[in-house]
Amino acid sequence: MVDMVLEFLKTPFGILVLTVIKALALLVPLLIGVAYLTYAERKVLGAMQLRKGPNVVGPFGLFQPFADAIKMIFKETVIPSGASPALFLMAPMLTFGLAMIAWAVIPVNDGWAIADINVGVLYLFAISSLGVYGVIIAGWASNSKYAFLGALRSAAQMVSYEVSMGFIMVTVLVCAGSLNLTAIVNAQKTVWFAIPLFPMFIMFFISTLAETNRSPFDIPEGESEIVAGFFVEYSSMSFALFFLGEYANMILMSSMTTILFLGGWLAPFQGTIAGELFMLIPGPIWFILKVCMILFCFLWVRATFPRYRYDQLMRLGWKVFLPFSLFYLVLVAGVLVFMGWLPHAA
Amino acid sequence: MIAALAFYAFAAVLLASAAMVVSSRNPVHSVLFLILAFFNASALFVLAGAEFLAMTLVIVYVGAVAVLFLFVVMMLDINFVQLREGFQRYLPVGLAVVVVLLAELAMVLGGWKMAPEAMNLRFAPIAANTSNTVQLGKLIYTDYILIFQASGMILLVAMIGAIVLTLRDRGLTRKQNINAQTRRTPADTLVLVDARSGAGIGELGIYRPKAPESVAAAHDEHHDAHHGDHSSAGGHH
Repeated sequence: MVDMVLEFLKTPFGILVLTVIKALALLVPLLIGVAYLTYAERKVLGAMQLRKGPNVVGPFGLFQPFADAIKMIFKETVIPSGASPALFLMAPMLTFGLAMIAWAVIPVNDGWAIADINVGVLYLFAISSLGVYGVIIAGWASNSKYAFLGALRSAAQMVSYEVSMGFIMVTVLVCAGSLNLTAIVNAQKTVWFAIPLFPMFIMFFISTLAETNRSPFDIPEGESEIVAGFFVEYSSMSFALFFLGEYANMILMSSMTTILFLGGWLAPFQGTIAGELFMLIPGPIWFILKVCMILFCFLWVRATFPRYRYDQLMRLGWKVFLPFSLFYLVLVAGVLVFMGWLPHAA
Repeated sequence: MIAALAFYAFAAVLLASAAMVVSSRNPVHSVLFLILAFFNASALFVLAGAEFLAMTLVIVYVGAVAVLFLFVVMMLDINFVQLREGFQRYLPVGLAVVVVLLAELAMVLGGWKMAPEAMNLRFAPIAANTSNTVQLGKLIYTDYILIFQASGMILLVAMIGAIVLTLRDRGLTRKQNINAQTRRTPADTLVLVDARSGAGIGELGIYRPKAPESVAAAHDEHHDAHHGDHSSAGGHH
């Protein structure tokens, strides 16, 4: 029986079935994670503002995300009369879909990626640079001034911060000597890249805030200026898909930060007695803990800082991050070459 | 077998979307079809084993260039129907150009001879045990470094040219001096006074700061309101 199953999994159709099972094993926990991220956000913001947050539905309000989901499902999807219906409905699906497919290359543990491809970092970068389309298409297809303004702001913002994010990634790649995400994590066994590349780590975190349109860079939504920005015309499930996509993107970006800078699934303090003890805890737990820590920082930032003004946002991206990341890339490459520490790629 | 099927599927969608780019009535739809075409081209690269090029195509063309296209097409109010009015008139000329180009293509392809070694090289452009990225890097940064640098310089010139052409200060915008802004202290801007009841701020010897002349002339009303807030902040105490 077992032999038959193993034999079946080697046929082309079996490989397809296996991939679908793997994808479900990753996406179902991810979606539950997204649901509880919205809950965590409201609880954390509540605690930081001396409120209770959601506490009515279920014990400690734990069923709140599901109550919200059910409410969303039963609402009516309104398509504005001047809208372009096909594109209007495509935009949220695109946002949500992109937030999901990027997970194909994320390794949660050694060899646990669905697709362990050679150009993993480039794939992630490509997918995250596509996120802007969901926003632009939504803004344009809604045929509404506020939505369009939000889309334009968002497009300019996401394109700007991608440039410095690219240079930060290149710095990490130079240190790791590979574009493969598993290899990048394994290159951090001696020291996590967050330590030698600390300024880049901070800049990467800030860039991910801008890339996911999170506070303090949430001017595409800017409810005090342009109502809700690009998704002002969306309701019901089409809105929910944007919402889910945004939160899934937050988790994705946190995972990227974890893999690039915080050693992915590796336990901390390897080589010491504490490290030996920490090794007993399985890798995926470490991965999830690190991601949760960065997600907490996302929420913490939201509760702390006021929204950036548009020109200041652009200034930070182009005049501060871009020159500095370029400088640091040259510095790191120079040090690696001079000291002979350059990793040799296979 | 599966690779061949995938190739034909991607190639068919690529050609169909390329046709839609030129035939679509709405310019925004055109750009979106162009993006679909880019995607399929990148899928073809993946099938050919050039995963680095595939990802770069998506990052550069779909992630940056097409976004700017979309940006421009959405912002400009071009009447494309009007642009298409001359279609019938220019059709013969267009057809003539097509015939000439097709003939040239046929002549080139008909006379194409390839050494068998070159053909083999085309099918296995990289050694099987190294990744694509490494091979590209080894080639670009050694044999083709001058060409690579030259193309970089050309792009730099284009970028600087675009900035020079578009960046001009017409005195309409007010820029924030971040240095001055962060060095500002409450002592510079706030005055604490005990206001006698019934006395105006002028009577107490507090005046509004002068607005910059050029801007002040254009937006007099606006500035009065704006600066009034600042100087009267002390008066509330």
